[in-house]
Amino acid sequence: MKPSYTWRVTRVALLLLFGAFFLVPLLAMLDFSTRDLGGGRSGEAWLDLVRDPDLSAAIITSLLLALLTVGGMLVLLVPTMIWVRLRVPRATRLVEFLCLLPLTIPALVIVVGMRNVYSWVNYLVSDSVLTLTFVYVVLVLPYSYRAIDAALSGIDAVTLSEAARSLGAGWFTVIGRIVVPNIWSGVLSAAFVSVALVLGEFTIASLTNYENLQVVIALLGKSEARTSVAASAAALLFASVLLMALSYVGRGRRARKENLT
Amino acid sequence: MTSPQGPGAEVVLDGLSRHYGSVHALDGLHLTIEPGEMVALLGPSGCGKTTALRILAGLERADEGRVLVSGQDISDVPANKRDMGMVFQAYSLFPHMTVLENVGFGLRMRGVGQRERRARGLEVLQLVGLGDQRDRYAHQLSGGQQQRVALARALAVEPSVLLLDEPLSALDAKVRTQLREEIRRVQMEVGRTTVFVTHDQEEALAIADRVGVMSNGRLEQIAPPEELYARPRTRFVAEFVGLTNRLDAAVDGSTARVLDCTVPLLDGSVASGPGLALVRPEALEVRPESDGNAAVASRSFLGSVSHVTCDLDGGPEVTAQTSSALAAELAPGTRVRVSVAPSPVLVVPAG
Ligand SMILES: Nc1ncnc2c1ncn2[C@@H]1O[C@H](COP(=O)(O)OP(=O)(O)OP(=O)(O)O)[C@@H](O)[C@H]1O
Ligand SMILES: [Mg+2]
Repeated sequence: MKPSYTWRVTRVALLLLFGAFFLVPLLAMLDFSTRDLGGGRSGEAWLDLVRDPDLSAAIITSLLLALLTVGGMLVLLVPTMIWVRLRVPRATRLVEFLCLLPLTIPALVIVVGMRNVYSWVNYLVSDSVLTLTFVYVVLVLPYSYRAIDAALSGIDAVTLSEAARSLGAGWFTVIGRIVVPNIWSGVLSAAFVSVALVLGEFTIASLTNYENLQVVIALLGKSEARTSVAASAAALLFASVLLMALSYVGRGRRARKENLT
Repeated sequence: MTSPQGPGAEVVLDGLSRHYGSVHALDGLHLTIEPGEMVALLGPSGCGKTTALRILAGLERADEGRVLVSGQDISDVPANKRDMGMVFQAYSLFPHMTVLENVGFGLRMRGVGQRERRARGLEVLQLVGLGDQRDRYAHQLSGGQQQRVALARALAVEPSVLLLDEPLSALDAKVRTQLREEIRRVQMEVGRTTVFVTHDQEEALAIADRVGVMSNGRLEQIAPPEELYARPRTRFVAEFVGLTNRLDAAVDGSTARVLDCTVPLLDGSVASGPGLALVRPEALEVRPESDGNAAVASRSFLGSVSHVTCDLDGGPEVTAQTSSALAAELAPGTRVRVSVAPSPVLVVPAG
């Protein structure tokens, strides 16, 4: 059993290595954020997360932005991608190109380019920070596209939809009841990536003078270092919890299927 | 939509054409299918069988021509409003639904309640012999089981027309034979008009009421299996269906001389002069004869009968079917006389 022994040791070593890689900074953040000036421990900095009005407002703003962005992305991308795959496969290249485009453009260029558009958005819609949703939807397109595309490639969407249609299903039913349930894992990962991206977004918000979580954290970093680190750690933890919850949801569905046999 | 003869409907394909760029997938296809009849569409790969079926199902539009069901033009009716059930060549069960949910899907689309769906679903699953698999998912079933569920799913909505596009091509020989008998039995039981697409001639001849042979987007001939085999109307049909020997012939009036024998002619033969006779192996007789016209080249044993391949002197190689008892005497190299039985043959222009 020698090879399996070596394999196990390698595996454990790798796991420890990566664990350390991720955990050490996190632990350092926790350590730093719970110190007090006298050298003891205190939860002051963490309590500030809810006490500091600017910070808690920023947290709510970022969460709302994440929610709206995910909603906008899903509404825009899921039906479009399914429709293209089923009905206009010729447009696949074009849609892919459009969705991946934001990756190639630096945030600064986006901001400069958007200034004009945004003056209209601010004038017509509102100047609320939530209008950042529009940029963020564009920003998350490449990652969401990849996730959903991978899931769509994993099923024979055309045959399934033709089978459903010949059984009497209209297009809405085909998309909602046949295709989406089978690409659910891809939709979930698209949503997660989007949430993580929005919670961590600093550049665009800062350049457009909106206050989202990261902007406020950066500001706080200059005056209240501990609180700003606590906020960063909280955002990180939240993202990891979300990731685990989502992967659990995905596994749960599959497990439920298997259990029936 | 029911016709007097049973629950099946009459289907007419009237001059269907479909081009993909420069490819003529269908080129004026005419086909009439009687209510409750099972027609097999047979033809080489790429001859337009799938295209015809997809147009019939409403999944593809024809450039020209009409589709009539029970006398009504349904060319403009979308797929989900046509009363048809289809089984696809590729596996097409919905992966996120159980077998029973799959089978009940069409009924759900028609607004049938949960209870009735279940009852009807179990009934058709019983029909295809899968009553005990109802709570499984597609990935837990074998290929043959999946295709049977797909058949049950198509049958559950009691369509007036059943369309099967090479439903058995992904399966191994034994399951194929079993399943095609089952399809035939189910079809007879429920009496649906059925179109069965295949490129396997044995399959087509074995189960269909009539077999249509297609080539290049057209129907070459449609006839009951025996007639198609015994009285092919074109060279393509004669050569595509069953084994055929090509022998020089001289046509004179209503008979032809082939291998010094006189044989009657089938319709569609050349009117006079030299030609090529298309002769089935079972219409050739072989007997040992020292001053015969051929030598045995090889034999293959098929059970009660054998195929004997002979080299004609100064002519082509021919395959004859004999009893295995006779074949035992015909070792390779034996001199034999090959002659033609007086069954009608098709004589086509030489070359
Ligand atoms: N969507 C399409 N785009 C372009 N050409 C097509 C398309 N569908 C079919 N064709 C062409 O039309 C012709 C007929 O195709 P079809 O699928 O009907 O053949 P088939 O008889 O079903 O063959 P097989 O036995 O291989 O399934 C082929 O030459 C094929 O290349
Ligand atoms: Mg085909």
